[in-house]
Amino acid sequence: MPTAPAGTLYRGREGMWSWVAHRVTGVLIFFFLLVHVLDTALVRVSPEAYNAVIGTYQTPIMGLGEAGLVAAIVFHAFNGIRVALVDFWAKGPRYQRVMLWVVLGLFVVTMAGFLPRHLMNVFGGH
Amino acid sequence: MSTQTAIPTPRSPYARRKTTRGNYELYSWVFMRASGVLLVVLVFGHLFVNLMVGDGVKAIDFAFVGGKWASPFWQMWDLAMLWLAMIHGTNGVRTIINDYAERDVTRGILKSLLLVAFTFTVVLGTLVIFTFDPCPTDAPAELLASFCTA
Repeated sequence: MPTAPAGTLYRGREGMWSWVAHRVTGVLIFFFLLVHVLDTALVRVSPEAYNAVIGTYQTPIMGLGEAGLVAAIVFHAFNGIRVALVDFWAKGPRYQRVMLWVVLGLFVVTMAGFLPRHLMNVFGGH
Repeated sequence: MSTQTAIPTPRSPYARRKTTRGNYELYSWVFMRASGVLLVVLVFGHLFVNLMVGDGVKAIDFAFVGGKWASPFWQMWDLAMLWLAMIHGTNGVRTIINDYAERDVTRGILKSLLLVAFTFTVVLGTLVIFTFDPCPTDAPAELLASFCTA
């Protein structure tokens, strides 16, 4: 069994922080997935039960939670492609830092497309 | 008292020990990348259809799910997404447990819980997709998809 490590392998900067963010968003998405399968399973109980629970997903607070969830998924997706490129593309390791900025750029563009639409759906008084 | 030092017999020439572990971790590493690429397509499609089209999250109810799962296309889409996402996510959490839980007992307990959650969720989700009835006869018609009454 290992004792306390003598030093640290963490090197900071873009490489480490994108890795940390990938882990944090991954765990978050995983736990939502467990809950999401459970809430969807209510369609086997009754239409009323499903509608009651899914109704709570349509409140303003949960609407903001969905925005955060989508943000986590979008980052994890684009950064995951970056990880695969670092591993499989010959020039990937050299461009890993540039690729993180591309990931963040695509993240901003995607969220700019999603957020107004979603927030209008949630807060738009339908 | 013996003053002689016991000298061990010379070893046989160095032979690389054959690993008994197989290539499990290699396959898991490849799987994360392959499933990740597929999941980008599956999950982005799922999010677009459920949150962007029409009234987004406000439009989701039993009839909406009934309308989607009446089509084998969306059944297969969601089934693939369920399995790939659950294996991908479970394998990711397994890696994190291996990284941070240093005691053997803690690691064992956490990974057992993970396996239980994985099995339960995949079995439940798969059963729901295949046994779902979009038009239950005892339910009020206004809660069901329009094709149930047509």
